[in-house]
Amino acid sequence: MNKEQTIIKVGIADLNIVTAPDVIRTSGLGSCVGIVIYDVGKQIAGMAHVMLPDSKHAKQQTLNHYKYADTAVDILIEKLCMKGLRKPLMKAKLAGGAQMFQFNSGSDMMRIGQRNTEAVLQKLAEHNIPVISSDVGGNFGRTIEFDPQTANLRIRTITKGEEII
Amino acid sequence: MNYEQLSLIQLDALREIGNIGAGNAATSMSKLIDKKVDMEVPDIKIVAFDEVMEMVGGADNLVVGILFEIHGKAPGMVYLLFSLEEAESLTKHLTNNEDIKLFDSEADNEIAFSALREAGNILAGSYLSALSDFTNINMQPSVPHLSVDMAGAILTVGLLQVSEVTDYAIIINTKINDLNEKHNGINGQFLLLPSPESFTKIFQALGIQDYE
Repeated sequence: MNKEQTIIKVGIADLNIVTAPDVIRTSGLGSCVGIVIYDVGKQIAGMAHVMLPDSKHAKQQTLNHYKYADTAVDILIEKLCMKGLRKPLMKAKLAGGAQMFQFNSGSDMMRIGQRNTEAVLQKLAEHNIPVISSDVGGNFGRTIEFDPQTANLRIRTITKGEEII
Repeated sequence: MNYEQLSLIQLDALREIGNIGAGNAATSMSKLIDKKVDMEVPDIKIVAFDEVMEMVGGADNLVVGILFEIHGKAPGMVYLLFSLEEAESLTKHLTNNEDIKLFDSEADNEIAFSALREAGNILAGSYLSALSDFTNINMQPSVPHLSVDMAGAILTVGLLQVSEVTDYAIIINTKINDLNEKHNGINGQFLLLPSPESFTKIFQALGIQDYE
């Protein structure tokens, strides 16, 4: 009997794990980056929705580790290892990192999308996890959904239509 | 600034700020579209980021957002949000053109966008000048930044600064509604997001910094 497919949702500054046949989704990525780490063999994947690149710059006392690219990627990998995945077999896909508005101030905060993407890529490289495909940058929002069975990452936008990477 | 420790009188002051700002903006709006415009009692909420998105219909809900940075002694961001239909009927009023659409065969309609930006300018300008007068703190809006996209993508921009300090945002939310029309009404939503350091300055200006 087929188990009904449920959609697991990942909020802002959040992460979660999914096992087939379920799928995992996060909505309204702007400058945030959505990272998927998966192993098709095991049909298990994890998704994180990060807001900021670097936890070392946090001015917060109790740190929300899911909010930052550097800490969230570590935790995601750790959680997947606990599910029985092996790091050498892990692969990654990512989307987001847009710049929604062009501000004149030119402060670093305004390049946050690009910096988020760079931080995620750097962290994945440290763990030797290959990035299979990505859709980053631009000035538009994205909603992404990953199916651990097919390793398809479906990206929906308002003006640029839908694509699968 | 510990958000949980805001006193009732401080929350009331923030609500009054939303009231005064949007009241002034509603008057401007009324002049702009030559119709009676009503406003709802402002809503002040201390919310997690996901709840911010819920306030505007969910993270992937399509919204027309006009964003202004607030420069001056109490920096922050102010959003003016419309649904696509509301933005379109506002544009029709402003351009006196019943057929105008925000998107002309896939591309942005620059005239419609420009009209919306200008309306945003007028409304946010009157919102902020009322706040300025009330608090005696100089607040200047930036040029308008317009985007038609998912609410999550648009609102995150305003949350970034707050997110360096905390996982909650204080949002002062006011809706203005045009009363006359049954369909295609023009309803707007103001979201004021003061930067974390601005609250102390606002409370000091109003003489209620010690009422904790």
